[in-house]
Amino acid sequence: MSVKTEPWAPKRPATDSGLGESSGERLRRILTSRLASIVAIVIAVLWTIPTAGLFITSFRPENDIRESGWWTVFTDPNFTLETYNYVLYSDSAGGGLVKNLINTVVITIPGVLVPVAFAAMAAYALSWIDFKGRNTLYIAMFALQVVPLQMALIPLLSFFSRGLAIGDFTIMPAWELDGVDTIVQVWIAHSIFGLPLAIFLLHNFMRELPRDVMEAARIDGASHSQTFRKVVLPLMTPALASIGIFQFLWVWNDFLVGRTFAPQSAAKPLTAVLGDMAGTWGFGWVRLPAAAFIAIIVPLIVFLLLQRYFVRGLLAGSVKG
Amino acid sequence: MTISDLTDRFGLLAVGLAAFVVVMLALYGLAELASRRNRSRLVATVFLFPAVLFLGVGLVYPAVRTVVMSFFSDDGSAFVGFENYGWVFSNDDALQTLVNTALWIVIVPLLSTALGLVYAVLVDGRKGERVYKALVFLPMGISFVGASIIWKFIYEYDASGAQIGLLNQVLVWVGIDPVNWLLNFPFNNFLLMVVLIWIEVGFATVVLSAALKGVPTEIIEAARIDGASPSEIFWNVTVPSIRSAIVVVAVTVFIATLKLYDIVKAMTGGHHGTDVLAQNMMDQAFRLGNDGRGATMAVLLFVLVIPVVIYQVRNMRRQELEAR
Repeated sequence: MSVKTEPWAPKRPATDSGLGESSGERLRRILTSRLASIVAIVIAVLWTIPTAGLFITSFRPENDIRESGWWTVFTDPNFTLETYNYVLYSDSAGGGLVKNLINTVVITIPGVLVPVAFAAMAAYALSWIDFKGRNTLYIAMFALQVVPLQMALIPLLSFFSRGLAIGDFTIMPAWELDGVDTIVQVWIAHSIFGLPLAIFLLHNFMRELPRDVMEAARIDGASHSQTFRKVVLPLMTPALASIGIFQFLWVWNDFLVGRTFAPQSAAKPLTAVLGDMAGTWGFGWVRLPAAAFIAIIVPLIVFLLLQRYFVRGLLAGSVKG
Repeated sequence: MTISDLTDRFGLLAVGLAAFVVVMLALYGLAELASRRNRSRLVATVFLFPAVLFLGVGLVYPAVRTVVMSFFSDDGSAFVGFENYGWVFSNDDALQTLVNTALWIVIVPLLSTALGLVYAVLVDGRKGERVYKALVFLPMGISFVGASIIWKFIYEYDASGAQIGLLNQVLVWVGIDPVNWLLNFPFNNFLLMVVLIWIEVGFATVVLSAALKGVPTEIIEAARIDGASPSEIFWNVTVPSIRSAIVVVAVTVFIATLKLYDIVKAMTGGHHGTDVLAQNMMDQAFRLGNDGRGATMAVLLFVLVIPVVIYQVRNMRRQELEAR
C-alpha cells in the first residue's frame, strides 16, 4: 500500500477575518511557536538520551558501571577500552564475540543478496511478462507479506532436521547440519521471509518504469532476459539499494530467525547471543553495553549514510512480513 | 579465535556465494533459451520459479502444517480437536498473555502514530528539520535486542546504594524511593511498550512528514486567513489530508507489534506477567516442547492479521483500478 495525499475537500466558508492580525493574535502565534520549539526539542532529547547513555556506559570501567550511573562521567570522567577487548577476544565466559560478529556478516551477505535477486526476477515477471494468472499470483504474494513468520517456524525447522517424506517415500532427506554449517538454514530462512516484502516493493518500483522504454527494447529485438539485465536492472539500482538496506537491517538485527535456525553457539549471530545475555542478565551484565554497541554500530552507520534510500523504500509502502 | 574459526565461516560463505552464482547463471541461461523461442509463459515460469519455490516450501506449506498441528497434541501424536484452543482461553497464564497482547496492539500503534504525527507537524519547516528527524529516526536502525539492552539499563534497579538506572536516579533526585520497574506488574507491560514506541515513532515521523509535504500550503494558508486556530487547522485540514498515510503507519506498527518477540524475550523473558503471544509461542514450541500449543499461538497471531490482509488486498485492488 502506498502513501498518497487524499484530495482535500475545502470547507469553512470565508467569514469575518481579514489579512491583518491583531497584536493579541500575533502574541499567541509567537507563544505557540515557542511552545512548539520546546516540545520538539524535549522529544528529540528524550529520544537521544537512551542511546547516548549506553554509548557512554560502554566505555566505562566495569566497576564504575556497577557502582554509578553514566551521568557521573561528567563530574568524574574515567574511560577504558578494556571491556571491548574482553567481549571481542577473550576466551572466558561472555567473550569471543568476534566469532559471532563474523557469523552475522556471513549470514547477512547471502541473506540480503539471495532474496533481493529472486525478488527482482519475480517482480519483473509480475510487472512486464504477460501470462495467465499473473494478477492472482501477485495478490497471493502480496498477502503473504503480513503472514507472521511465526506461522512457518516449527514446520520449517522440522523440514531441515527431519527432511520431507510422504509415507515411507523420502522426498528430501534430513540435512543433518552441524556447528557453523547450520548457517545455511539461516540463509534459506531469511531468504524466504524477506521475499514477500521485497517482491512487493520492487513490483511497485518496476511498474512505474515507462512503457515506451520497455517497448523500445522489445522492438530492438531484446528478449525478456536481456531487457531484464540491460534495461531494467540499471534503472532499478536505487530501488534495489533501498530494498537491500531494508533486508540488511532486518537480517543484521534479527534475533528470532538466527536463534531458531542456528541454535548452536558456534553458528549464532551476534544479536542472538546478545538477546540471550540480556534475557538472563547474568554476572556479565556490566559487559553488555560494549557488546551491544558492537552489534548496533554497523547498522547505525549504514542507516545514517544511506537513509535517503531507506526512506524511499519506506514511502513506497512497507509492511514487513 | 583461531585460523580455522575464520576458514570455517568464510569458507562456508564462499561456497554459498558460488552456489548462488551458479543458480543465477543457470536461471539466466534457461530464461534466455525460453525467450528465444518466444514463449512468454515459459520465461515467466523461469523468472518466478525461485520465489515461488521458496515461498511455497518455506511459508505456505509450513503455515498450513502449523494450522494442522494446532489440532494435535503437544507431541503431535493424537488429534485433539479444539483442545489447544480451549487451553488458550482457560489457562490463567495464557489468558494473561492474550490480555497483554491486546493492550500492546492497541496502545503501541496508537501512541507511536500520534507522537509521530505531532512531532512531524512540530518540526515541519523548522530550521534544522533534518537533524530533528534524524535524532528520532535513529532508533529505527537499532535492533530490538539492542534497544532492549539500552532500556534495561534505564530501568535498572539497585536495592541499596547508588542507582545506575536513569529512571530510578530521576526518582531519587526528586526525593522518591526507587522502584524495581520490571517486576512491577501490571505497570511493567507499559515499560516494555515504551521500548517499541521509542523505535516506531521515528518510522511514523518520517512517513507522516513526507505526507505533510504533499499537503498544498495554499490550503493551510487559506484556513489561517479564515481565522482558524492552529489546533483547528491541525484537526480539520492536516489530519484529513494525510489520512491514508496515517492508516498506513498505524497498520504497519500494528503488525510489527503483534509479531513482537525480541523485546519481551530480552527484557523479562515473558515473566512477571509480561508475556505476549509471539513470545509465548516460542516458549511453548522451543523451550517447553509443546508443539501443539505453540502452533495454536501462531495460528492466533495469523487470525489477528487476517482483517489486515483483507483490507490490504482490497486497497490494492482499488489502486490497481484507479491506475488503469
